[in-house]
Order: sequence, then C-alpha cells, then structure tokens
Amino acid sequence: MGSFHLTKMSLRNLFKKPATKMYPVVAPTYTSRSKGHVTCDMKECILCNICEKRCPTHAIAVNKPDETWSIDNFSCIQCLSCVRACPKACLTMEPDYTKAAFTKSTVTLHKPELTPEEKAAKEAAEKEKAERIAKAKAAKAARDAAAAASE
Amino acid sequence: MGKRTVIPFGPQHPVLPEPMHLDLVIEDERVIEAIPQMGFIHRGLEKLVAKKDFMQFVLVAERICGICAFGHSLGYSETVEALMGIEVPKRAEYLRVVWHELSRIHSHLLWLGLLADAFGYENLFMQCWRLREDVLDIFEETTGGRVILTACNVGGVEQDIENSELAGIVIRLDAMRSEYGELLKTFLKDRSVKSRLVGVGYLSKEDAFKFACVGPFGRASGLEDDVRMFGFGAYGDLAEFAPVVSNDGDGYARCEVRALEVLQSIDIIKEMVDKIPDGPFNQKIKGAPEDGSYSSSRLEQPRGECYYFAKGNGTKFLERFRIRTPTSQNVAGMVQTLQGCELADVPLNVLTIDPCISCTER
Ligand code: SF4
Ligand code: SF4
Repeated sequence: MGSFHLTKMSLRNLFKKPATKMYPVVAPTYTSRSKGHVTCDMKECILCNICEKRCPTHAIAVNKPDETWSIDNFSCIQCLSCVRACPKACLTMEPDYTKAAFTKSTVTLHKPELTPEEKAAKEAAEKEKAERIAKAKAAKAARDAAAAASE
Repeated sequence: MGKRTVIPFGPQHPVLPEPMHLDLVIEDERVIEAIPQMGFIHRGLEKLVAKKDFMQFVLVAERICGICAFGHSLGYSETVEALMGIEVPKRAEYLRVVWHELSRIHSHLLWLGLLADAFGYENLFMQCWRLREDVLDIFEETTGGRVILTACNVGGVEQDIENSELAGIVIRLDAMRSEYGELLKTFLKDRSVKSRLVGVGYLSKEDAFKFACVGPFGRASGLEDDVRMFGFGAYGDLAEFAPVVSNDGDGYARCEVRALEVLQSIDIIKEMVDKIPDGPFNQKIKGAPEDGSYSSSRLEQPRGECYYFAKGNGTKFLERFRIRTPTSQNVAGMVQTLQGCELADVPLNVLTIDPCISCTER
C-alpha cells in the first residue's frame, strides 16, 4: 500500500506553496553567509597586493601606480581567501550573485578622488615625512663625520 | 543458442549521470559479459599539488566531485593533518561530522531519486529531490555554498555554526524525517518498487568480499564494513554505531541500506549537536610538511570507503597526493552483477552501485 502514502503527500503538495521559485522573475533569497561577489572599499584599501597574491585563481589584480583594484568575477571561486587575508579588512563578500553575461569582463575600482582637506592633510603628511627623512639623513651624516674626525 | 552481439552502452546514456562506457556482450536478451572502459573525464587534479600549495589544494580537492565535495575536502585535510601532526580543535571535528553527514543525506536522497527515475516512478523522484533541497538550504545558510562549501581546511573549519543554528538544523531535520518516512515506506513497501528491484543484480557475500566492495554496495551484500565504526575524529564520541547491513545482496537491499542510512545520519547529527563542545574551531597553520614524510587516511564517503595518501617534500607543495575512490573499488562487483542479467536490468544494476565517475577519474 506504499503508493497510497505517496498519494497523500501529492495531495498535500497540491495545496502547498510551490517548492521552486520562478527565478529570475522572483528574486532569490540570500542568507547572510551567501557567497555572491567580492567588493572592495577603496577608501580603506592601501593597495598592498596581499589579496592578489592569496587568490588561488588570480582573479584579483592590484595596480599601485594607477591606484586601481580590479576583479574578474568570472574567475572568482568565492573561496574567501582574499577577504580573510586583507590587513585592512576592506574586502567584503556580498551575498548577491553577479549577472550572467555574454562576454567575460573585469570590474575595476579606483581610489576615490580626495576632498581638498584630505589632499592637504596627505600633502602635509608627506611633507612631514620628507622632512623627517632629511633630518635623519643629516643627523647620520653628522655622526659619520664625527666618527671619521675622531679616528 | 543465439548469436552473440556486442552492444555499446554509454558514455552518454540517459541513466548515467556521468560518462562511463560498457561493452555488453549479449546473447538473445542476456548479458554474457560486460567490459567497462573509463577515462572520459580525467582532469589531472592530483597533479595540481605541484601548482597549488597545501593550504590552497583543499579547494581543488573539493572540486573533485560535486556530490562528495565536503567529503573530499575533509579527507584531504585529515591526511595533511596526519602528515604534519596537527591536532584539530574538538569543536571543528564535530562540525566536520555534521557537514559530512548532511552531505551523506543529500547524496543518498539524490541517489534514491535517480533510482526512482530509473524504474520510472517520476513522482517519487521529484519528492526525493524536493527533500534534498532542504539539505542544500542548510548548507547555504551555514557555509554560503550549496554544492561547493569551502567549509573545511587544514587545521579546522573555515566558519563556525552557532549553537542556536545547530538546534535549528536539528528541528528542520526532524521535520524532514516525518516526510522522509512516507517516502521510505514507498521505497520499502510499494509493490511496483519491489517488483523492479527484488532479486535484480544479485551479488553474494563471498563475491562482495572477493572484489573488495565497499560502502552501501558491500553492506547490502552482508559485508560489515563502514569506516565510521573505527571512530576516527568525532565519530569516536558516538555512544554507539552499527553499520546498516542487509544480507539480500540485490537491488532492493542496496536501496534499503541507503534509505536507512539517511535516518542513521540524522541520528548522528542530533547526537553531535547534543554533545558539541564550545571552543575554537580553527587554528593558524605554520610550516610545511617535512621532506620524506607521508601519511594516509580513510573516510566513509556516501559511496563507501575512500583512501587518501599524501607525501611531503619539505616545501609548501606536496610531493604526491593520491585518492582511491569507492567507485573504483566497486566497478569489479558491478561487472559481476551484470554477468547473466537481462539487458533491461543493466541500467538499474549500474545505478545501484551509485557510480561516481568524476571522483574515480579525477
Ligand atoms: S589586501 Fe586589502 S588592502 Fe591590500 S590591496 Fe587587497 S584589498 Fe587592498
Ligand atoms: S574569493 Fe577567492 S577566488 Fe575570489 S577573488 Fe577572493 S581569493 Fe580570489
């Protein structure tokens, strides 16, 4: 009488909501841990290249001179190695998947334009650093000269 | 006596989820001999140890097969841990067992569905796969992946499951159990299912032993062989474990063993969740496997015993990594069941060993 049991189940299913979803008309439900695609917060990123080295599929490319961070979402296997390795914790795994496409492409993110205040602060910091280096160099030269004179 | 003919079966065949070729020597409608041929999807994954370091290779090991994905990452991690003498935190061991048993549930439900499809019971097939979706949902909620989980790595697991989430999983599995019970009744009691399975593809216990059959295929012929009973990892903490065994040796027995193992897996997960200790679930791995060191480990995959071997060479790349999969063990037994069977029973006999060709050819 096994079939009878299945008939009961089938009848129940007639009145239940369908188990499947009409994707993509109905949006999928993502969980907080769903692995969709990796994005980078470029404000925080220091272009240190660690994520590029850790990525097993070479999906990430960091270009320091141009100040860009790019990812080939078609190569990414959502392994989270980059997210775990980033020292500034600026990479995040977004839950939604990237769209299907006819051609492969990469997403490139640029360092944001600095506001005038940030620019000024950065310049000041650089100036201070240059001064510090110059001072240290001068001090070293003086020490060397003193050592040479005492010999 | 009729004339002998050779019928090629596969590599593409509706009943085969994966490519394997059989040359069937038949006389009238009876198979006299079956000659298997494999190697259609060899991908050379074992060789990739030379290109991916031992921490990254787990991602490759996981991609050997889509159904035992978690099992392979677990087997690889355990082998490398033995190689380097790493002790895994207790909580990680328990979580590994939870995920591994969930994989077994989804693998067996998938197989039961395929079996129902093979004997033409479409409704049963779809109900099995509908239940299987619940397990995949649990995977997605706990790891973020549905098929490739990336949850296990050398030294522990990649993410924790909160105790409250674990309790939720048990509640969902309990709900599934009652629905699954109805399917189970159909599989084990239905007259049409029995007429299609009982006595088909008989393999005696002696033959199963002679051909070293493993997993549910061997257990259905009366071999009491299950790696879980040796208590590796958190399996050692189970209060009791007895493999599901049947002595009938036919297709029905194989269906019965797998169908009952789903319930056994639910029980194991419940026990693990009850006993799981708090604490760390991961650790930092330093160093590399020593030169000349080697290790091996065994794991009960959904399809049977899987054997892993790894050899280090002092660098972060392994010298050699090798897997012997359950299907490669079971093919000899399958060929035996095919001898003398009706041509119409060939698809069913091939299916009842639950062949996983992707694992076998890597
Ligand atoms: S690791 Fe982080 S900080 Fe470094 S380049 Fe990548 S995203 Fe930027
Ligand atoms: S998630 Fe993995 S594959 Fe994707 S970019 Fe990060 S490291 Fe590379």
